[in-house]
Amino acid sequence: MVAFDEMTGMGTELRPAYDALDRWLKEAPPEMLALRRSQAELFFRRIGITFAVYGDEESTERLIPFDIIPRVLTKPEWSKLEKGLRQRVTALNMFLADVYGPKECLKAGIIPPDLVYRNACYQLQMVDFQVPHGIYCHIAGIDVVRVDADTFYVLEDNARTPSGVSYMLENREVMLRLFPELFAMHRVAPVDNYPDQLLATLRSVAPRSAPSDPSICLLTPGQYNSAFYEHSFLADKLGIELVEGSDLLVKDDVVYMRTTQGPKRVDVIYRRIDDDFIDPLVFRGDSVLGVPGIIGAYKAGNVTLANAVGTGVADDKAVYSYMPEIVKFFTGEEPILKNVPTFRCREPEANAYVLDNLEKLVVKEVNGSGGYGMLVGPHANKAQIETFRRKLKSHPEGFIAQPTLALSTCPTFVASGVAPRHVDLRPYVLSGANGISCVPGGLTRVALKEGSLVVNSSQGGGTKDTWVIDA
Amino acid sequence: MRIKISHSITYAYDEPVRQITQILRLTPRDHDGQHVMSWRIEPNIDGRLRAGQDPYGNLVHTFSADGPISGLSIQVDGVVETLDLAGVVRGAIERVPPEVFRRDTLLTAPDDALREFAVAATRTDATPLAKMHALTEALHSEMTCDRSGQRNGIGAAPAFAAREGIPQDLAHVFMTCARQLGLPARYISGYVAASDALPLAEGAHAWAEIHLDDYGWIGFDCANGLCPIDTHVRIAAGLDFADAAPVRGARKGGSGENLAVSVSARKAGSRQVNQ
Repeated sequence: MVAFDEMTGMGTELRPAYDALDRWLKEAPPEMLALRRSQAELFFRRIGITFAVYGDEESTERLIPFDIIPRVLTKPEWSKLEKGLRQRVTALNMFLADVYGPKECLKAGIIPPDLVYRNACYQLQMVDFQVPHGIYCHIAGIDVVRVDADTFYVLEDNARTPSGVSYMLENREVMLRLFPELFAMHRVAPVDNYPDQLLATLRSVAPRSAPSDPSICLLTPGQYNSAFYEHSFLADKLGIELVEGSDLLVKDDVVYMRTTQGPKRVDVIYRRIDDDFIDPLVFRGDSVLGVPGIIGAYKAGNVTLANAVGTGVADDKAVYSYMPEIVKFFTGEEPILKNVPTFRCREPEANAYVLDNLEKLVVKEVNGSGGYGMLVGPHANKAQIETFRRKLKSHPEGFIAQPTLALSTCPTFVASGVAPRHVDLRPYVLSGANGISCVPGGLTRVALKEGSLVVNSSQGGGTKDTWVIDA
Repeated sequence: MRIKISHSITYAYDEPVRQITQILRLTPRDHDGQHVMSWRIEPNIDGRLRAGQDPYGNLVHTFSADGPISGLSIQVDGVVETLDLAGVVRGAIERVPPEVFRRDTLLTAPDDALREFAVAATRTDATPLAKMHALTEALHSEMTCDRSGQRNGIGAAPAFAAREGIPQDLAHVFMTCARQLGLPARYISGYVAASDALPLAEGAHAWAEIHLDDYGWIGFDCANGLCPIDTHVRIAAGLDFADAAPVRGARKGGSGENLAVSVSARKAGSRQVNQ
């Protein structure tokens, strides 16, 4: 499979965005590059930016490999992408307001009702509840991949508690420190205003009854969560308290934070705990991570949760397959970003095709994430394919399948030197009462194994700095 | 049948509790087969008791109190007039489309044994209604029901593997099978009064309701091997026990919780019946 390369197109040109970078790479002494790479690693170790891999007993915390060659987008490329992202996130929020409200899109037949009603992420608690300022998905991470110079596909919408933005910020900081000469050669759009934008977004969605300077905190499941580093990093950058469930209490439907000066009222909670664990009185009773009564306070209108409860119904992979229709229905516009053609295995004809073509397709669990529960047909062995064949026959409704896309590649340092590796991009889109914002770029993830298309950090992926430059 | 219910739930703590919140689903609503004559919930300590509804339309009371609390008792008393409608539930508050009740939940997660049993037990029956009756009978004879009230539920698959469980487990097993057959199934918590028909069944109970296109919701009680009759008082519905549990609570501090429950559900005195 020949993939579009971010630097060389189909291998025959040097794309203008990479002109200066290419020269620099050719001129830079190999010893200098090796030194900078080891400095970058040292830097990440020192700041302690790690992630946990579930099921890996040897080390609970690992460093995500960082590649020093940036991924570069030109301003016009980004502008088009950003327009598509804004449209997509607008549609996601309208879809959520609709399925928890008037259900027009179900009545109009845009999406089969059972896909919503039978979805465990469709939270009945949210039906006919008005969320503050009408916004459900305050923070979205939209995974996009590129297949040629002009075409971006959305691979996944992450509308629950998307992570990774700390890497976007840290990657840039490391690059600025290690390669000031590169930034002197390019006009790279800054990303360091993300924390300010996030804080502004969270402030804007405080309950109307809250004071003009609302009290905001970040609720984490705690230090054993894979993204705990990010939680503490963001709380620090935003200047808000980092709290665990046991630090919050609810009295008369009001949420308070325990402080040394006594309980302090909380107005907005940036929560990084999943719906199922957030309130043991309403969701899983065995959760010790959550806050008993927080849903009562939420529904009384006394606190804003970001993201809202129940956003998972919008990023479900089966619902994903209807996103082009959803975008059209709610925005009245043609979707700017494409959807990967998706076979819904719940439909018998589609499943029959998938079963016949497993070795060519990517099969995903409808409710899976992080690259778990996924079959990449072209890279799978016979046993893996047969395992999925059995699963598809017994619960077809739990799966979707997609053709393997030729994800674009980007030059990347590997053992043998610089070689193309497949990348994706996760831009972060913020929705507040004052509109949508999106810092230029996002997090580029790179599959470090040759030929691999799986960029997830839990599956051997790394990251790169992402540049949007004035060409 | 006019049924008088008295239900007391008593918690004692070795170490006093600092703060307690309880979600109580202990209040019936009217439908064609039952009419609530009187009902009262009374905690024996000072606190805040607020009434509301959950997404299913169940009546919910939220009780919260600050400590130190060394014990708490909730007393529920009421009288309900019931009719035998052969398990058909009409005129109930329905806030959730039947399709929702086809979801699997933690307590009703199917395994291969349940999938096979659901199909095998209903193979010879033509209509969904006949299939559900067959399933009720099959589970009634296949599984032993522990009515001691001394145990917690363990979920459908483990209970079915053991061929034994409390009424909650049997309801979950039944629901899991029904959902496997493509039918919406919901969990019902309630009471059963002692009667000639069910002399041993008195107390808090659990059964299931299945949504059939031609009939709407119909109850099936596999612990007793029948559709609910006028001995059954329906309290709350949900996707599984966790949604319809009579009490869900959270407390701060305290330790050594001891729970005592007593329920009486009897035919109300003949004086009322003769009037």
